[in-house]
Amino acid sequence: MLTKRVVACFDVIAGRVTKAQQFQDNIDVAPAAELAQRLYADQIDEIVFYDITASAERRRIDLDTVRDVARHVFVPFTVGGGIRSIDDMYDVLKAGAEKISVDSMAVRDPDIIRQGAEAFGRQCIVLSTQVKHVGITDAIPSGYEVFIDGARRATGLDAIEWVRRGEELGAGEICVNSIDRDGTHSGYDLDVTAAVADAVNVPVIASGGAGTVEHIADGLSAGGASAAIISSILYSPRLERNLGVREIKDGLVARGVPVRPWIDDRDVAAAARP
Amino acid sequence: MIDVIDYRAGNAPSVLYALEHLGLSARVVSKPEEVAAATRIVLPGVGSAGATMASLEELSLVDALRARVLDDHVPFLGICIGLQVLFEHSEEGDVPTLGWLPGTVRRFPSTQRVPQIGWNGVRARRPHPLWNGLPETAHCYFVNSYYAVPADDTDTLGVTEYGVEFTSMVAHDNIAATQFHAEKSGRLGLTILRNFASWDGAPC
Repeated sequence: MLTKRVVACFDVIAGRVTKAQQFQDNIDVAPAAELAQRLYADQIDEIVFYDITASAERRRIDLDTVRDVARHVFVPFTVGGGIRSIDDMYDVLKAGAEKISVDSMAVRDPDIIRQGAEAFGRQCIVLSTQVKHVGITDAIPSGYEVFIDGARRATGLDAIEWVRRGEELGAGEICVNSIDRDGTHSGYDLDVTAAVADAVNVPVIASGGAGTVEHIADGLSAGGASAAIISSILYSPRLERNLGVREIKDGLVARGVPVRPWIDDRDVAAAARP
Repeated sequence: MIDVIDYRAGNAPSVLYALEHLGLSARVVSKPEEVAAATRIVLPGVGSAGATMASLEELSLVDALRARVLDDHVPFLGICIGLQVLFEHSEEGDVPTLGWLPGTVRRFPSTQRVPQIGWNGVRARRPHPLWNGLPETAHCYFVNSYYAVPADDTDTLGVTEYGVEFTSMVAHDNIAATQFHAEKSGRLGLTILRNFASWDGAPC
């Protein structure tokens, strides 16, 4: 049985993980490669890395940091931020990432989704989208609008129409980031997550707002998501207590969510040594 | 020395990093003369069967790989698309593939979210050196829309459920392959790579 994924998300500035609240007020946490190794040792299922200032600063993605993470982390690794072309995607994959996340750039030039899927396979392309509850109107029938550029710019696009189009163009996964919930530790926006999961047939990733194991379990069950992005709960200095991956997974299992089993030393103790 | 085949659609760097982490000598190769001298070969893969075959043909690697693997019997490990292209035909793009093993490649039923992305259990059907030290069921990381259907059931080493029970690991003489990404399957995946590095490729 396919298990649900717990995904650690890093917002990276100059090689260091930072933590923001509703896309603002970033505070420094740790070097990206160091935190990635710690979470890999703690058996995280996957890591997503956003170079959050690359796009705004109109510069290429920080490939040295991507490489640093990829060399020491043997679970899947997605990179986003500042991807503007197929060549940028190829550079990131060559540096050791498995998947490319496109967001604001895909809104400006949706064809980049199709080009990426054609060149590297649709499993490589994650369409990440920042959504905000704006109320139902003729232009926004779902009540959720797509925003870009760090949630600063409204696009006039309906979230559900946009993710459907992204799937048609070739996105292999859809990540739904709730702007309203980002950094609030009040839980994912289950309504929009479930609406997206119903609208597409590719896996959906819940993002923005997880503060407790209960929230993660809700995103993966009521929200219909295949994966849940977490960050604060793992490492934010703003929270009184952070949780380890094992504690989170034990909590998910207790709530009936299937996860990758914990690997004990004895599980691989008999493995052949060179 | 492990030679990891590099082509534009592949993910050779991830495999190389994993082998280096295990302290194994490895390099990426993309020339037929390098393949002709290889003593242990990994064919990684992401993307589509058609794009993979086109890249292998463009780099003139198809004949070189066939000679080294089928005639000279060097130990071979295919990963993901590197498993699918071992068979004769893929539904993905309706393309002929390497045809080293009898069988075809089919798409997952539409009742499932496709691609399958995530950690799923692999159950070994019989003992094999690649499975040394692993539990009976090991969770490994999959990313696939298609799966292999070997014509010869004895070529299936491991099975996994995703709407259907499918072949997630293949072993035939000196040829082994994983549908999952062993290089991204944490400690259990690294154990499989370590096992491959010490396997003599003898049939079992």
